[in-house]
Amino acid sequence: MDSLQLENEAKQKDYRSNSLFRVTLRSIFRQRSAIIGGTILIFLVLVAIFAPWIAPYDPEEVLIGKEDITKRAKPCIHLLGCPEDEPQHILGVDGNVRDEFSRVIFGTRVSLFIGFTTVGFAIIVGTLLGAIAGYIGGWLDNVIMRFMDVLLAFPSLLLAIAIVTVLGRGLQNALLAIAIVSIPRYARVIRGSVLSIREQEFVSASQALGGGHFHILFRRILPNAIPPLIVQGTLGIAAAILEAAALSFLGLGAQPPTPEWGTMLGSERNQVFTAPHLVFFPGLAIMITVLSFNLLGDGLRDAIDPRLKE
Amino acid sequence: MTQYTIRRILYSIPVLIGILVVTFVIARSIPGDPCKAMLGEKATAEVCERFNREQGLDKSIPVQFWIYMNDILKGDFGESIRYSRPVTIILIERLPMTIELGFVALVLAVIVGIPLGVISAVKRNSIIDVVTMLIANTGVSMPVYWLGLMLAYVFALLLKDTPFWLAPSGRITAGIIPIPFYEVFGWMVEEETFKYHFLEFFSNMYIFNSLITGEWKVLGDALKHLILPSVALSTIPLSIIARMTRSSMLEVLRQDYIRTARAKGLRENLVILKHAFRNALLPISTIIGLQLGTLFAGAVLTESIFGLAGVGRMLFEAITARDFPIVQAFTVVIAVGYVLANLLVDISYAFIDPRIKLE
Repeated sequence: MDSLQLENEAKQKDYRSNSLFRVTLRSIFRQRSAIIGGTILIFLVLVAIFAPWIAPYDPEEVLIGKEDITKRAKPCIHLLGCPEDEPQHILGVDGNVRDEFSRVIFGTRVSLFIGFTTVGFAIIVGTLLGAIAGYIGGWLDNVIMRFMDVLLAFPSLLLAIAIVTVLGRGLQNALLAIAIVSIPRYARVIRGSVLSIREQEFVSASQALGGGHFHILFRRILPNAIPPLIVQGTLGIAAAILEAAALSFLGLGAQPPTPEWGTMLGSERNQVFTAPHLVFFPGLAIMITVLSFNLLGDGLRDAIDPRLKE
Repeated sequence: MTQYTIRRILYSIPVLIGILVVTFVIARSIPGDPCKAMLGEKATAEVCERFNREQGLDKSIPVQFWIYMNDILKGDFGESIRYSRPVTIILIERLPMTIELGFVALVLAVIVGIPLGVISAVKRNSIIDVVTMLIANTGVSMPVYWLGLMLAYVFALLLKDTPFWLAPSGRITAGIIPIPFYEVFGWMVEEETFKYHFLEFFSNMYIFNSLITGEWKVLGDALKHLILPSVALSTIPLSIIARMTRSSMLEVLRQDYIRTARAKGLRENLVILKHAFRNALLPISTIIGLQLGTLFAGAVLTESIFGLAGVGRMLFEAITARDFPIVQAFTVVIAVGYVLANLLVDISYAFIDPRIKLE
């Protein structure tokens, strides 16, 4: 093997290890918060997928007559000294005599579903609006962005409450409300990116080559606007989960018997002095889930764009 | 300066009109016949026709919007369905509680959040920094109502019979009655007049009222009731302010003029407070303005947990009872309040940062 070949191989290796994807991935792995957040998130996704195998009971199964247990019974764990003849419920039993642990486990599915669907919807609509506003500009830009300003002028939970009042309570309407409320965030991010990318040389090159508006916007500009969108989206999922839980807590979102954490917390709120475990665990679950998205979002932001570092 | 202020005020007018349009559209798209919602399902067609004429509902949509705008500018929000009383009066009764709660929570968030952020930035990567940021990250991820319930459980139940006991609900202990300041000062005010409602508004802020009348027992009791809700409400703003302060300070501490200040031998405290902190203040004040939205939204949750008769709880009850005039009025008032508060923050920039005047 001569030296030239060695050099070439080294160059290739170098080139490969420096591809954009790898560089990004490496800088993400360097962020402690992204690693912690990502790990918790992977764990939660696994819990959601394998919920039927992890949960000892059906989350909506009422245990009256099936087991010798009273409603709102305290947690009973055999390993921690709970008598063997009592049925094991590691997080206790709720007001309708259902296993709290199974409900918390299945709640992971509902919350992750809420987070991804609302933000997915908001990103699609927000991207379209922001891209049109930024690319076409002029009066259309003004109309769209002023409307976004008005939406942003309302505290988001409040606007979501008002929208649910119109649409009627229920999980689906709550999701729609939260999605609508979070559209301006994404529209703004995309508009900003489009405005700056539009001026770059590769866009002019594409125009010179005769690329149509559609081609330039969707094939040249938008793919380059994705990184900040991923960051906003991750942080947005955290906000969406928190807001959906608040709506459900107020009785406007998911309706019983759906095992949704906010709903579970809301229906047992008056029992906090007698059965604190029924308030504590669903809330803790919300906090851990939201925290994981927040940490991941922070880490991604620092990795993708150090200038945005908070 | 004046020019900047005027321009900022003009900018916010379209947003304010937009808020009125959005709330109008929301109120008009509520499903169901407004007549039947107001007068009950048994209202006959004749009765409804008269009702629609009286309420102006038989007119075209633009005319209705014009009437609605006019009414709001006159401070007339119509009548509550459930209470059969003017919504404006209900607002005057309820708003002081929320303002007081929000104000205490915001003060708490600022006086704890900013120092925490500054210390974290100065002692970067120290144990204080790591712990503070851990708490701040957890704080922004916490549901307000959950924290409220857990605080009530700890301080009202677990710490019962200790000096740390705090009330889990209400504004004041039954039996303690705050005397309105205008009565203490011997002002003669006729009831149901504008002046009466105006003074009632301020006397309904118990802490403010007892401070100027010097009723220390009332003040202590009101504060004791306000601690848990305001701590719960302040967590998210506090965490956000602490994080923003830290990052803003880190950004400034990297600048050349900080190195210069240190090089010329200034004391470190002076460098941090006078040179760094003042320049870090701009993003911090923006974020504080934005927290008012979080506070208003949080008030809906906090007030309903701690049984406080404020705007937030009223709004929630009105939604449950489908009392639309209240929902509409309260939404408008909160959104307008939010916009105006952020306008004030924007104007205050010019005082914090003289460069802005030149733009």
